Amino acid sequence: MTDAFLTDPLGELLPPLTTQEALVESNRCLNCYDAPCTHACPTHIDVPRFIKKISTGNLIGSAAAILESNLLGATCSRVCPVQELCEGACVLQHEHRPITIGRLQRFAMDAAASAGVFPVKMSSVGKGKIAVVGAGPAGLSCAGELAKLGYEVTVLEKRDLPGGLSTYGIITLREPKEIALYEVEMLSRLGVKVESGRELGCSLSLTELQKSYDAVFLALGLEASPNLGIPGEEHILDGLDYVERSKIRRSEVELGNHVAVIGAGNTAIDCATIAKRLGSNRVTVVYRRTDKEMTAYPHEYEFIKAEGVEFRFLSQPSRVLVEAGKVTGLECVLMQLGARDSSDRPIPTRISGSEFVLDVDLVVKAIGQEKPSLAKSLGLETERGYLKVNEDFQTNLPGVFAGGDCVRHRGAASTVMAVQDGKLAAAAIHKKLVNA
Amino acid sequence: MADLSINFAGIKSPNPFWLASAPPSNSGFQVHKAFEAGWGGAVWKTVGPPVLNVSNRYGAWHYGGQRMLGINNVELISDRPLEVNLREIREIKRAWPDRAVIVSAMVESKPEAWYEIVRQIEDTGADGIELNYGCPHGMSERGMGSAVGQVPEYCEQITSWVKNAASIPVIVKLTPNITNIVYPARAAVAAGADGISLINTINSITAVDLDSFEIQPSIGGKGGHGGYAGPAVKPIALNMLSAVATDPTVAASGIPISGMGGITTWRDGAEFLLLGAGSLQVCTAAMHYGFRIVEDMCDGLSRWLDSKGLNSIEDVKGKSLNRVSDFKDFDLSFAAVARISEEKCIKCDLCYVACNDTAHQCIDLVSSDGAVVLPHSYSSRENGKDEAVGSRPQPVVREEDCVGCRLCYNVCPVVDCISMVEVPQKRSSTTWYEITQHQPEVTENWEAMNKYREEKGIEIH
Repeated sequence: MTDAFLTDPLGELLPPLTTQEALVESNRCLNCYDAPCTHACPTHIDVPRFIKKISTGNLIGSAAAILESNLLGATCSRVCPVQELCEGACVLQHEHRPITIGRLQRFAMDAAASAGVFPVKMSSVGKGKIAVVGAGPAGLSCAGELAKLGYEVTVLEKRDLPGGLSTYGIITLREPKEIALYEVEMLSRLGVKVESGRELGCSLSLTELQKSYDAVFLALGLEASPNLGIPGEEHILDGLDYVERSKIRRSEVELGNHVAVIGAGNTAIDCATIAKRLGSNRVTVVYRRTDKEMTAYPHEYEFIKAEGVEFRFLSQPSRVLVEAGKVTGLECVLMQLGARDSSDRPIPTRISGSEFVLDVDLVVKAIGQEKPSLAKSLGLETERGYLKVNEDFQTNLPGVFAGGDCVRHRGAASTVMAVQDGKLAAAAIHKKLVNA
Repeated sequence: MADLSINFAGIKSPNPFWLASAPPSNSGFQVHKAFEAGWGGAVWKTVGPPVLNVSNRYGAWHYGGQRMLGINNVELISDRPLEVNLREIREIKRAWPDRAVIVSAMVESKPEAWYEIVRQIEDTGADGIELNYGCPHGMSERGMGSAVGQVPEYCEQITSWVKNAASIPVIVKLTPNITNIVYPARAAVAAGADGISLINTINSITAVDLDSFEIQPSIGGKGGHGGYAGPAVKPIALNMLSAVATDPTVAASGIPISGMGGITTWRDGAEFLLLGAGSLQVCTAAMHYGFRIVEDMCDGLSRWLDSKGLNSIEDVKGKSLNRVSDFKDFDLSFAAVARISEEKCIKCDLCYVACNDTAHQCIDLVSSDGAVVLPHSYSSRENGKDEAVGSRPQPVVREEDCVGCRLCYNVCPVVDCISMVEVPQKRSSTTWYEITQHQPEVTENWEAMNKYREEKGIEIH
């Protein structure tokens, strides 16, 4: 990993902790009781427990403590916005530096991987067959938890590779795809079967799944970026596709002299980073609101500023300028902020006559993902466009559960939230099947 | 600035910090370097009969990522030829006339052997002799070191021989590997010693290797007990110092005591002075960080004396000895409770779990609306730093139930967050000794004790 870091501009940003660093850092942890880091973690990993095991040299025990609460501990240690979660809640916040929980977790997970073990306690209380649709974090977490309980679990994935956004959609400098694929391999050791090229609505029928399996868990994720509805849109690259190319088909990543990235969420930050680090001269993030409203995490904003990426706030693209099939500019219009919308963000409105042109030669958009489109055709009820589930992640269809980004109608979608959804849904499915 | 100079049994030194007889004072090169760094004196590494050393020599106890909280050794007395040591001692004393140069010695338990070594040491111009009755390994197997220190009669006998021959001050160094260190101290006084020093190292095995199963340090696969020293032994040394310093026989003699055992900073040194030490010896701290540490030892001690309005080492010496008492004389009615500063508290809840699991269950977790809540009372769907921090309850001491055990105070990682607050006594002062004198039945049977508690309003929960 260190070699990759040194040679690949998109290689993992943080080097692994050395044994010495991990020892010093793990000893610095106060071992709080009922620790706030554990509370803040959506999967409630017993953080002091796994950290103190590092300090005693019990690294496999440490990985086991992590996996007890989160089967995707290796992914989460890399992609979690720890500043907003565990590390943000560390009691050493103010007068000291918080413990680097994420990096310690990665240290323990790496140690287990080096030893070739995946220390998970198995049981055989569960009897039955479960289908999980979608091999992203929510699906894998649910599948792994159910396999742990003894169920026969099959994960059906439409893409070639499993892992969902961990494999395809998170910039390599935060998570190389090998980590996500390794995790899937470990879950298959628990008995989880993964079949690729299986897409609901095409090669898969939900009704058939309901018939052949005791329960179905839908972890469909979300769709591609919505349309901006502006002239020249066909010349704009999709942000998630841009990240995917950088991870899977690096040679196909298009670069420019000046790249515009539309949107200011985490994927937009990733796109801007890729464009900049792979050699674009200038990269400008174009966002219709201001840095106060952007959905990227504050630490990512700080990171991208340090990368030399520029920002045009209060600017909304209105037209892609194209000459001879090549992008020559992005026309934008200035915005002003008004009253607040339902998500408590001020609504931007155009200032007429304020059009200006950014002299860009490549445009990437990362303005969020479309809501799950399959819901209607499958007969699933929705809530604000997302799949509607009850407290137990159950949909309106019998035996069909759902979780992850496809049900996230409130709050920020994140890998770790998806993992927790999968875990809670697995518990609900188990409860239902045991009581059936 | 306070005057740090001392006069210890006639041995003068510009400050009370001396290198203890140990590896740091093994040669003229080292002692010269130490004096350049500012050490007030040095007790030369023990000279005596020929020896051969082994490797590995030092074991250590590391804890929580901190190195060498304790060190042990199986190194013997100086393995350099006697005449080389004596020549270098002479040279050092000539080069540093204002520093204390004391020579530690250990020879066979025969009067003529001691007479001879005393003569040789005096001939160097050294300021004093320290008799090593403490070395717990190797030399003791040859009838020297702690083999002498553990038998008060031998201490007295040998000290008498030395006193007969010596014209310079004689300091007797005591071993802690004994049931009651006061007896050999009295023996030293009886023999007319000019000073006492304590403690020597403690018998110990520091570690066992979990891969090889070998004792650490491993000497070709074997290991054994070695002398233990360093920060970890300080509390034991302080106790032994106070026991010797408060012993009526020792106190009446007016014999000065050189304190050592884990002194790492000026703060440690100040505590030894308060419990009656007249000079301070250091080894492990120098072995860990080098001779430079003496700078802050002197600087810090001097500034602390100034801040207390004290002008000299003599002014501070023994100032806490009147506080040394025994359980039977403690005031049973004195009451203190723990109080947690909500402003300083970081809510690590270590006090809560310590009290709840292992003490008296008198710390509550109180939510922002004043309700007492249980730990782990959030739902599995709640997360995020704002939620975790915002909803975190405050540990609060239920003072009426607090017995004042002081465990929470000791585990709290935040400076001045938990304080032990004296609260008004609920009954008149009394001691266990007084009860044994006036109501012996209370100390002898539970029925009488229960009745006594009822009368006095003592509630045990």
